[in-house]
Amino acid sequence: MIRADRIIEVDDLVKKFGNLTAVNKVSLAVRAGEIFGFLGPNGAGKTTTISILCTLLRPTSGTATLNGFDVVRHQNEVRKSLGLVFQEPSLDIKLTAMHNLEFHAGVYNIPRSIRRQRMEEVLKLVELWDRRKDKVQNYSGGMRRRLEIARGLLHHPKVLFLDEPTLGLDPQTRSHIWQYILELKEKQGITIFLTTHYMDEANVADRIAIIDHGKIIALDSPEALKRRVGGDIVTIKTENDEAAIAEIKERFNILAQQDSDGICIEVKNGEEFIPVLANSFKTGLRGISLRRPTLDDVFMKLTGREIREESGGEAVLRKQFSMSQARGGRFT
Amino acid sequence: MNNLRAVYIIWYRDLLRFWNDKTRFIGSLITPFFFLVIFGTGIGSALAGQFGDGTMDYKQFMYPGILGMVVLMNATMSGMSIVWDREFGFLKEVLVAPISRSAVAIGKALGGTTIATAQGVLMLVFIPYVGVNVSAAGIFTLIAVMFVFAMSVTSLGILIASRIRSIEAFQLVMQLMLFPLLFLSPALFPAGTLPPWLGIIVKMNPVSYGIDAMRQAVLGVEQTAMFGLELFGYRMPIILNLAVLAAFGAIMAALAVRSFRTQE
Ligand SMILES: Nc1ncnc2c1ncn2[C@@H]1O[C@H](COP(=O)(O)OP(=O)(O)OP(=O)(O)O)[C@@H](O)[C@H]1O
Ligand SMILES: [Mg+2]
Repeated sequence: MIRADRIIEVDDLVKKFGNLTAVNKVSLAVRAGEIFGFLGPNGAGKTTTISILCTLLRPTSGTATLNGFDVVRHQNEVRKSLGLVFQEPSLDIKLTAMHNLEFHAGVYNIPRSIRRQRMEEVLKLVELWDRRKDKVQNYSGGMRRRLEIARGLLHHPKVLFLDEPTLGLDPQTRSHIWQYILELKEKQGITIFLTTHYMDEANVADRIAIIDHGKIIALDSPEALKRRVGGDIVTIKTENDEAAIAEIKERFNILAQQDSDGICIEVKNGEEFIPVLANSFKTGLRGISLRRPTLDDVFMKLTGREIREESGGEAVLRKQFSMSQARGGRFT
Repeated sequence: MNNLRAVYIIWYRDLLRFWNDKTRFIGSLITPFFFLVIFGTGIGSALAGQFGDGTMDYKQFMYPGILGMVVLMNATMSGMSIVWDREFGFLKEVLVAPISRSAVAIGKALGGTTIATAQGVLMLVFIPYVGVNVSAAGIFTLIAVMFVFAMSVTSLGILIASRIRSIEAFQLVMQLMLFPLLFLSPALFPAGTLPPWLGIIVKMNPVSYGIDAMRQAVLGVEQTAMFGLELFGYRMPIILNLAVLAAFGAIMAALAVRSFRTQE
């Protein structure tokens, strides 16, 4: 049964590469018109799932439909319904920005009458209009990324997949692009399927699926997910972390978790908890801070690991570096 | 209609890229220049008028062979560009687009064929240097043969590119295929005077028929009688040569489209 309001339906999807199971029995449904976020650490299976939904990979088992069409049996209909900004570079760097967009407009059959205006619109959005006649090989890494986003938006697809779209872009450009995407969503009712490592971007989503080792471990709105954490996060820095964790367990019966910032304690009301804690803590305290839960904390709560471990700024740079090395290109 | 448009767009992009890369266009003339002018002169003077019945220069004999060589070499570039597109990610943009894979493969094949044929046609500037008179019909035959040559090898390249992921492996495989195709043909030596073991291999090579057709077109049917390719004791006329070559090209193109369609 295909329900009209479910633009993507995934049922028991499995993808194996040899004996590695990249996607492990994933089931989910995306509603028409929503922003659906996909959150998970590196190698969780986000890109693999998207590739299957976009007909670039065949599932090992399970089914998926997009816009009512099966992604294996009705590939052409599925392709007509979607747009995709790939995680990895996908431009023809020997051609100019305009020629890249013209190619795209051609294969997606954008009517000639609106082609020119559309191209101008998206190129101005990403502030590349002045550079439209330059070959992409002379673009910087961020400019290439912006062009790819412009291209993904060019044909106003029913479902837009954004696989870490704003990786490596400066804050102004990111907020610019988000404004446009949200406007597009409002005006055209586009459904957006998004993966990102930026928590502020994930918060834009109506619903988020958290994926780890190919399995979906939670699926809810960002607020509901954060409520699962229970309350506020108090982070303390101490002279002896182990002793501190033991002491917290003994006095408050709370299982504190250690992460890169220090020891995280989840409490109902942070403001009231801090004085109680600080008053009579035996282990030496170096610092206390309080914050509302983030999606990071949700992931930590669910898996006991940090999602950021491998996805912080440093890792991002490392990844781009190895990518550009693999291409023999310059550091972007 | 949609498919035709897709074929056109893929073809157009290949031509655009080629047009942007003038160095390649000119650079591709350098190797054949060396073959024709240096190798041709060297072998020609070693034979010192002893070649064939003595009325023909070796340079003139090898010229059609060199034309074939140029087209074959350049035709591998199309498959190469698929491997490059995969490496640089552009292939994903193509494969996720709502156009049929067959249309993509055909567009690629036609793009590569057009470019390789154009480079073959550029080689016709050597006609005065070689010193032959080629009729209009001869030129037409040459272009037809070059086109089918280009299509066969372009298709072969696409077939291999749809199965091979690395640039190095692709180059290696293409060279392993191309050199036998060229050297086991009458491109550089006459087919008529070969020892039987080599003669049989040459006759099994589809490229031989194309080279023979071009030679007849450039040098004339009578003049090449003593070098002519014979099948079951019959001298192959141009038209039959073309038919053999076209059959080969059609098989290659069909295999390429099928292979490209089923790749992941
Ligand atoms: N073509 C492939 N062949 C073999 N293994 C693969 C292939 N593509 C992905 N994998 C593996 O599948 C797993 C999931 O990869 P995937 O790219 O989907 O992760 P991801 O969630 O997108 O991670 P990231 O945040 O780093 O982009 C990884 O362990 C990866 O090594
Ligand atoms: Mg990914």
